[in-house]
Amino acid sequence: MKIKFKIWRQEGPEDKGAIKEYTVNDLTEEMSFLEALDHLNEQLVLKNEEVIAFEHDCREGICGQCGVFINGRAHGPINNITTCQLHMRSFNDGDTIFVEPWRAKSFPVIKDLIVDRSAFDRIIEHGAFISTNTGSAPEANALPIPKAVAESAMDAASCIGCGACVATCKNSSAALFTSAKINHLNNLPQGKAEEHKRVEEMTAQMDIEGFGSCTFTGACEVECPENISIVNIAEMHARLMKAKILG
Amino acid sequence: MTLDSKIPEGKLEDKWSNYQLNSQLINPANKKKLNIIVVGSGLAGAGAASTLAELGYDVQCFCYQDSARRAHSVAAQGGINAAKNYQHDGDSVYRMFYDTLKGGDFRSREANTYRLAQLSAPLIDHFVQQGVPFAREYGGTLVNRSFGGVQVQRTFYARGQTGQQLLLAAYSQLYKMVRAKKVKMYPRHEMLDLVVIEGKAKGIITRDLVTGELKRFAADAVVLATGGYSRVFRLSTLAVGCNGSAIWKAHKKGAFFAAPSFTQIHPTALPQTSEAQSKLTLMSESLRNDGRIWVPKQKGDPRKANDIPEEDRDYYLERRYPSFGNLAPRDIASRAAKERIDAGYGCGKLNNAVYLDFKTAIDKLGLETIKDRYGNLFSMYQKITGIDAYKEPMQISPAAHFSMGGLWVDYELMTSIPGLYAIGECNFSDHGANRLGANSLLQASIDGYFILPNTINNYLASEMKVDRPDTSHPEFEKSELETSQHIDKLLAINGSKTVGHFHRVLGKVMWQECAMSRNRSGLEKAIVQIKAIRDQFWSDVKITGGKDELNTELEKALRLADFIELGILMCMDALEREESCGAHFREEFQTEDGEAVRKDQNFSYVSAWEFEKGNFKLHKEELFFEFVKPSIRSYK
Repeated sequence: MKIKFKIWRQEGPEDKGAIKEYTVNDLTEEMSFLEALDHLNEQLVLKNEEVIAFEHDCREGICGQCGVFINGRAHGPINNITTCQLHMRSFNDGDTIFVEPWRAKSFPVIKDLIVDRSAFDRIIEHGAFISTNTGSAPEANALPIPKAVAESAMDAASCIGCGACVATCKNSSAALFTSAKINHLNNLPQGKAEEHKRVEEMTAQMDIEGFGSCTFTGACEVECPENISIVNIAEMHARLMKAKILG
Repeated sequence: MTLDSKIPEGKLEDKWSNYQLNSQLINPANKKKLNIIVVGSGLAGAGAASTLAELGYDVQCFCYQDSARRAHSVAAQGGINAAKNYQHDGDSVYRMFYDTLKGGDFRSREANTYRLAQLSAPLIDHFVQQGVPFAREYGGTLVNRSFGGVQVQRTFYARGQTGQQLLLAAYSQLYKMVRAKKVKMYPRHEMLDLVVIEGKAKGIITRDLVTGELKRFAADAVVLATGGYSRVFRLSTLAVGCNGSAIWKAHKKGAFFAAPSFTQIHPTALPQTSEAQSKLTLMSESLRNDGRIWVPKQKGDPRKANDIPEEDRDYYLERRYPSFGNLAPRDIASRAAKERIDAGYGCGKLNNAVYLDFKTAIDKLGLETIKDRYGNLFSMYQKITGIDAYKEPMQISPAAHFSMGGLWVDYELMTSIPGLYAIGECNFSDHGANRLGANSLLQASIDGYFILPNTINNYLASEMKVDRPDTSHPEFEKSELETSQHIDKLLAINGSKTVGHFHRVLGKVMWQECAMSRNRSGLEKAIVQIKAIRDQFWSDVKITGGKDELNTELEKALRLADFIELGILMCMDALEREESCGAHFREEFQTEDGEAVRKDQNFSYVSAWEFEKGNFKLHKEELFFEFVKPSIRSYK
């Protein structure tokens, strides 16, 4: 396959950055999108050019480290997958592909396609845990959890923290990410003791980090690799109201 | 130097409590004066860092990824074992211990393996309390399933994302302690050297992956939790960034490397489809609970899988191992697949795969049950291959997976360098020559949460009296200078081939000669070839970009330089062990029907290699079986 890539290059946070064009002639349909970038990078090295910096690690859709805009869509043209799961068979010979980093004020560019998502870690720091120390747990079956509750907690808990929801949102809102974590823990009986504090602190941190508000367009759930539903966001708002009244 | 494994006295079931009784303690007020470095933030690293911080220690934790949540524990799919006997099927701590010891082909210590099984039940309690959404029955109790190599159901799971859920729990606890200012987290930092002062581990040198700056960190003890090194094969189930550099640097500073050649080849990964492929995605072994593995009876059968009738299919695992069938242990299942593929019965575009078929299970249990059990695995399979595995069989193939080998550690998980600990996959301890499925998450968690926080006191109690060295100490100076020269030397080569080229060449040699089956002449040839690759790499590699910036090519080159050296040691270890055991299969040592022949008289030891001025010297830790008589492993 012959592909013309138009890729965002930016040396550092202070650099203005620009789109640069690269043509690769010998790609195959079996290659994953990131393997195509690997291949392009090897060609750049041989031409004595600096490689394109991009993030990736597990390459099986679970670590959440990869993620770029491809032709204007977070994680590319297919719904609900990560960038590493996209394959070149989703493109046609001769296509032009635009590749850009996540765009959000709270995710500043570090270099080329790499952004800083540490804002997510700071949201997690603000209550996305159950405060028990190692060694103090009761017997696991002492607290039965109905299957439906465990399943709904699991649906929310599956978030991989890639940031596609923020990147694709016109307001750069982190509501899907934050609500998924809150609902995972607040759904479970173990999470009840801190439920109000958790929702208040995590949502407050989300604002401090500069993420925008959610206007419920639903754009995030289209790109979420784990199919996390925006129902989580509505649930988070309800929990927040409850926390403000009862907390 | 003699290797002292420090196994405590007493009956098997009393050893751990005897150890704890005799171990030194440190009062809470003094703990905060002690600093511990933890390198790696996966299940072992995050578990250790958060627990040590809870106990009062001052902790610094490092990872090369942008966040601790990316560590490769995240990718483990199938589950975690525990001897809870919730299924009332005859399980017990002793049975789990025996299964693990036998699964490892009697090449691990009884006491370590027993402790693994002993601590498994409280670990499940711990994770449930942390909010891990394990699978549940309608009545609300926990569900279990089976895994390879055992006949009871003791595996706990959260869909096909168990590793992710456990890691996220550990990560949450870690960031809880970050917020409490008890842990200082350093993401995007890669350890490039270990600093040893007066024979004790006292710090590390890291490279800030964003700025390229080399930094020095001092501590009273250093814990490595850096995972496995199967990326030495290049194509593996590991994350692309996984590497062996931290343990390799520690090895070069004096830590013994145990059983480096013991590498598990996982039977159910997706086959390679092109030369440019960067990784082999694993499909959880749990699929073998309901999937049946087969190849066509006729070589190169051109028909599509669904068009091949029952009588023309060879369910070779069920045929060769009727009592365990599709749930034979991984080493056996992988070798059996390789045997069929090599004999010309492989399927798929490159004839390098076997079928994993769910038709029988779907007919028997219904589509909904299969979707409930494996839904996300099937959808992952579809995303990668474009094939709907509910309608046609999956194609799977063996791939390099878990490193049973790693830094030699004693019962306290301390390496041969005082003050240096290795936990999780980067050590050699509990799995012997082959790891059972769902024991990996278990070992990583137990090492990090339960064992290390109880054993490190025993060392630190005596270190209380010693001042922590300052980072201006000459040894820090020297380590940083050597690291900096190593980087300069790499960048100065300016040759004609990419890092990726050399990794592909190394991977091919390793896969050919040091993977599922090995022999003397192949290994001898491989050592010569890898030495040649090393020379070519150091004279002809080309890296663009500088050292004082984010430079992914430089990162890769630094890791590969260590993999090349490690590859030589792996081949030497495989060459030295003239027997077949677990994942280590020497072609010269097999029965007529192709089963492994173990040589207990001569090889019932753990090989522990010492780095000596560029050479490797072998030490042997004899294995004593006081409670169990090693038997011939049979899964027939």
